[in-house]
Amino acid sequence: MFNKKPLCRSLAALSLGVAAGSTFAGPTLDAIKQRGTLVCGVHTGLTGFSAPDKSGKYAGIDVDYCKALAAAILGSPDKVKYVPLTAQQRFTALQSGEIDLLSRNTTWNSKRDTTMGSVFPGVWFYDGQAFVINSKKNPKVKKLADLNKASICVETGTTTERNMADYARANKLTFKPVVFEGQEATEKAFQSGRCDAYTTDSSGIAAMLVNLPNKGDYTVLPEIISKEPLAPMLRRNDQEFFAIARWMIYALQQAEESGVTQANVLRMKAESKDPAVQRLTGATAEVGKGLGLDAEWAVRALQAVGNYGESYERNIKPLGLVRGMNALWNKGGLMYPMPLD
Amino acid sequence: MCSSERFRNIVYQLALLSLIGALMGYAAYNLVHNLESRAIAIGFSYLGQEAGFDISEMLIVYEPKHSYARAFIVGLLNTLFVSLVAIVAASLLGLIVGIGRLSPNWLLRKLAGAYVETVRNVPLILQLLLWYGVLTELLPPVAEAIVLGPAYLSQRGISLPWPTAHAGWWAALLGLLLAALLAFLWARAAKRRRDLAGRAPAVLWPSLAAGVLLPLAGWAVFGAPSEFSTPTMAGFDFEGGKTVSPEFIALFLGLSIYTAAFIAEIVRGGILSVSRGQSDAAEALGLSRGQRLRLVILPQALRVMIPPLTSQYLNLTKNSSLAVAIGYPDLVSVSNTTLNQTGQAIEAITLMMAVYLAVSLAISGLMNWYNHRVRLVER
Repeated sequence: MFNKKPLCRSLAALSLGVAAGSTFAGPTLDAIKQRGTLVCGVHTGLTGFSAPDKSGKYAGIDVDYCKALAAAILGSPDKVKYVPLTAQQRFTALQSGEIDLLSRNTTWNSKRDTTMGSVFPGVWFYDGQAFVINSKKNPKVKKLADLNKASICVETGTTTERNMADYARANKLTFKPVVFEGQEATEKAFQSGRCDAYTTDSSGIAAMLVNLPNKGDYTVLPEIISKEPLAPMLRRNDQEFFAIARWMIYALQQAEESGVTQANVLRMKAESKDPAVQRLTGATAEVGKGLGLDAEWAVRALQAVGNYGESYERNIKPLGLVRGMNALWNKGGLMYPMPLD
Repeated sequence: MCSSERFRNIVYQLALLSLIGALMGYAAYNLVHNLESRAIAIGFSYLGQEAGFDISEMLIVYEPKHSYARAFIVGLLNTLFVSLVAIVAASLLGLIVGIGRLSPNWLLRKLAGAYVETVRNVPLILQLLLWYGVLTELLPPVAEAIVLGPAYLSQRGISLPWPTAHAGWWAALLGLLLAALLAFLWARAAKRRRDLAGRAPAVLWPSLAAGVLLPLAGWAVFGAPSEFSTPTMAGFDFEGGKTVSPEFIALFLGLSIYTAAFIAEIVRGGILSVSRGQSDAAEALGLSRGQRLRLVILPQALRVMIPPLTSQYLNLTKNSSLAVAIGYPDLVSVSNTTLNQTGQAIEAITLMMAVYLAVSLAISGLMNWYNHRVRLVER
């Protein structure tokens, strides 16, 4: 009975409509070159890492990393489109391909490295979770154990909530978390006195304090309760872009180690007899070629943002944070650039 | 046979249905395929894992060592709890304001009108932030809490004395519920008697008496506990008693005040839909204004009010998800934390959507059932 009318026949055609779909996620590098811009996921506003400066342009150490990559890949540090993201939007933005990379003070841990379709090319900033209190309101609090049974403001979407709960369990303390979405709401609640303390990465606390008129009232407690290696985050299965992202970190740190700066990079390239500098600047070795870029890649990045130390001085030092773990390995820190060769 | 209209209709509908089914199947397949090819974990097995984070307010026992599933339920109960109390408060306030808008008293009418126009035209999120700001910025710090008899009011909310757990208190609560049930049955019996005999036995006084005596009896029989836990300042905060957080209060106030404005308009519309003749007839029978409202107008207005009221209740429940802006640990807040710790965004969001859908359908079903009951019986 199904072959009498066209309608009946068209029924069969419908079943063909279900075809298997294959998604082709082209290599990130090709997409960036074709588009002519690097799409970088950044923080909505964290002084020192990524926040709009006085002229309204994004600035900070995380932003510098994006600029360096854009300079190396596209020839100009201005060819970046910044996508401001909250802690909780960031992973979806990366997974869905909305951004090319996430440069947004993101902690590198095993779960994020293995189950979220992402990888971390290297550590860009060593941090740790700290607590800040208003010492005027709570003059007796000197250490974290004194905060037993205190209310603590914390932002959702970070590793902070869990670290705090872990610490409390391990040390038989009770913290009462008050969880907000967004860093501003969290900081505001803390400043109003709703919470006795505020916890986040120590760089985040420094960034908040530097903008407060009465920062003398606040004290950062001495305990650092977690390791927070902050790192750029990329999609998996894209070795080409991964290599560029990784070696950009090392190149900028190697530049600091070898004394190559934003100001002297061209002169160093022409004059330096140091083999490490010659390889870095592309005078002799072909590091850039292996990355699918040209020989000048690192020179352009250095011209754009300077070496790691310069970026740190410019962005993080004003927060009052010492170099500490973020110093080079030969200066007592943890930053150890793999050799460029 | 193929040409019959009925057959054609069935074919069209089957075709549409299979098209939709195919699209959804394709989307699901594509999703799983994409996630797998990008090495993103999928599935709901994360629900069994240890949550590892703390929640500030809960109706059931929860600790960081419990599972994500339990954390989810804690969040869900918080959402349901605040929605339920806010629905009750919004309905009462809305009823009062709605009747006030039709009051013969000029001042009352204008005040009610101003309330409705102001409140319903300001976005809810701003009202929530305003209430939260008022509670946390204007109230004194906890050490200088305002003393309200045995209770304390500060930035950290309201701390009240609270009965220490004892069987007697539960018996009293049970007595109260029993009294409510008896009062309901008695009122029904009284109404039937009035319909039959023209005179009804008193309802109000026996009900009130039951409401006092039954809890009292339950309380006395089970040991008459008199122990209250009172809030006392210890360290950072009040300890003992019961503390209602500013997050909860702000959310409760925001939701109920906002929704009440809409409910007031529904009440007004419902009352106006009852023809003037009904009111005149009731007046001619010698009923007072209160009696007219209660016995003649509201029961008829209810028919018109229930459907729009249902959507307000649904709105309120869904709007409670704005809680995340002011730090109340509702379903969305807990799910967000879960989502971020596990990275399983699609599962967490799907679960959240499914639960909101289920809650909304349940409210809707309940209201439809009630609507069916109060609809005009055609004779």
